Amino acid sequence: MISVQNITKVFTTKSGPLTAVDHVNFTIDEGEIFGIIGYSGAGKSTLIRMFNGLETPTEGSLTIAGKDITNIRGKELRLARREIGMIFQHFNLLWSRTVRKNISFPLEIAGVPKDLREKRVEDLIKLVGLEGREDDYPSQLSGGQKQRVGIARALANNPKVLLCDEATSALDPQTTDAILDLLVDINRKLGLTIILITHEMHVIRKICHRVAVMDSGKLVEIAPVLDIFRQPKEEITRRFIGQVTEPEETKETIEHLLEKYPDGKIAKLSFIGDVAEQAIISRLIREWPVTVNILQGKVSQTRNGAYGTLFIHIVGNSSDIEAAIDFLNQNQVGVEVVQND
Amino acid sequence: MIETLFSNVDWDKAWEKTVETLYMTGFSLVWIFIIGIILGLLLFLTSEGNLWQNKFINWIISAVVNIFRSIPFVILIVLLIPFTRVLVGTMIGMKAALPALIIGSAPFYARMVEIGLREIDKGVIEAAKAMGAKTSTIILKVLLPESMPAIISGITVTAIALVGYTAIAGVIGAGGLGDYAYLDGFSRNQNDVTLFATILILIIVFIIQFIGDTITKKIDKR
Repeated sequence: MISVQNITKVFTTKSGPLTAVDHVNFTIDEGEIFGIIGYSGAGKSTLIRMFNGLETPTEGSLTIAGKDITNIRGKELRLARREIGMIFQHFNLLWSRTVRKNISFPLEIAGVPKDLREKRVEDLIKLVGLEGREDDYPSQLSGGQKQRVGIARALANNPKVLLCDEATSALDPQTTDAILDLLVDINRKLGLTIILITHEMHVIRKICHRVAVMDSGKLVEIAPVLDIFRQPKEEITRRFIGQVTEPEETKETIEHLLEKYPDGKIAKLSFIGDVAEQAIISRLIREWPVTVNILQGKVSQTRNGAYGTLFIHIVGNSSDIEAAIDFLNQNQVGVEVVQND
Repeated sequence: MIETLFSNVDWDKAWEKTVETLYMTGFSLVWIFIIGIILGLLLFLTSEGNLWQNKFINWIISAVVNIFRSIPFVILIVLLIPFTRVLVGTMIGMKAALPALIIGSAPFYARMVEIGLREIDKGVIEAAKAMGAKTSTIILKVLLPESMPAIISGITVTAIALVGYTAIAGVIGAGGLGDYAYLDGFSRNQNDVTLFATILILIIVFIIQFIGDTITKKIDKR
């Protein structure tokens, strides 16, 4: 449905040309929730802004539903933009308008008659769960409520695509989850294609079907979310995954244990899908004469299945430990022995 | 008590002069409001990174605004004599003061409008663009409503400065309370008349400030 071909954006700055997006290629299916993750300055913001012509690419093309967005101008571009909703990190609501009037704004732009506008606004207020706040001004709302207004506004003209520019980055963790649930709900109900950019792996893990990783303007990795968790190819991807699977204190605990128990081995196990739900560890202990000390474990749910990580400390004689690790490997468990640096 | 304190004040004349001041202020204010908003919008829209970005036009408008803002009002009146004669047909009276009042204050107000527009969050303008809004829609439905408190407080400040300008214009024959204070008060050595005219001007200024503050407070929902 969406095809990005060789898209490149070079900015001219005082210190010379800066390539923000560097020959990026990918496609997005209809009804998909597609995530783009990268640190700030990776070019993801520039990339998403090219989807609705807020930035024009230096090179390449971007086709949405058969229409090349990159070489249309004026009225045609304005009409195309009505089919692409966008929500923002800082909500970008008009403070001078009430919730109702803010949601009504894109309908006014599209020239929808007043009675139809009012009806549509009522429906949208229900869809995003803002009943009772219709006549409030944005300054009276919390961050999460403001983003709900943003979402309702973005959906007003029944777009085919919703662009989310760091839509949850200004929200606290609980509100973030509520907004993500709303996005999934909308995706299911309306079959809307959602493209989101973020620097939080949590967001990708929770709602995306596929993810693209960006680093210095280049797309370095693209895969279904569970595959990325299972087999990250790039170092940067591993770091993003670490955000959700390895809390900071785990690293400290492991360092401490490596010092304290030079014998034995510390291993990071990763379980995918059904395996994550099986009793592998109890079988391990029963079948091999080793002691297992569980240090840290976590199961994360993604859109395409569960992904678990477990840090264990295995003590025993070295041949038994080797055999135990072989057993784990045979059972489709990823094993990574953590070394003392 | 008041009769004795202001024994030389002719009440009918004081009222007539007050009306003249109000007329000059009010009439020129309408024009200043319109011209100031147009110039302010142009200054904003043609500046770097905005919808009609144009260095040359921005430079020209900026230069004109700065020049007229810098000329002292007394000198501006004199400089504009030929222009006023062509436009109004006379050099004396209230009407003759209007061109100088408008040309002297509109650039000042334009700058305040521009500052108000600059304070609008760029993201809001971008959101409107992303919704497919035309520039005219962005101006009417985003830029002006979102900067309305600055537009109103700006016109309040301008109106107060304008009352002062009408007094200066009055001294050189435009009528109003300045004329009253100068000719009937100062020239005839009637200090009570000067004092009374001053009080009337102060009352006008306070009323303008009060109205301006009330409206600004009411419309500011930030």
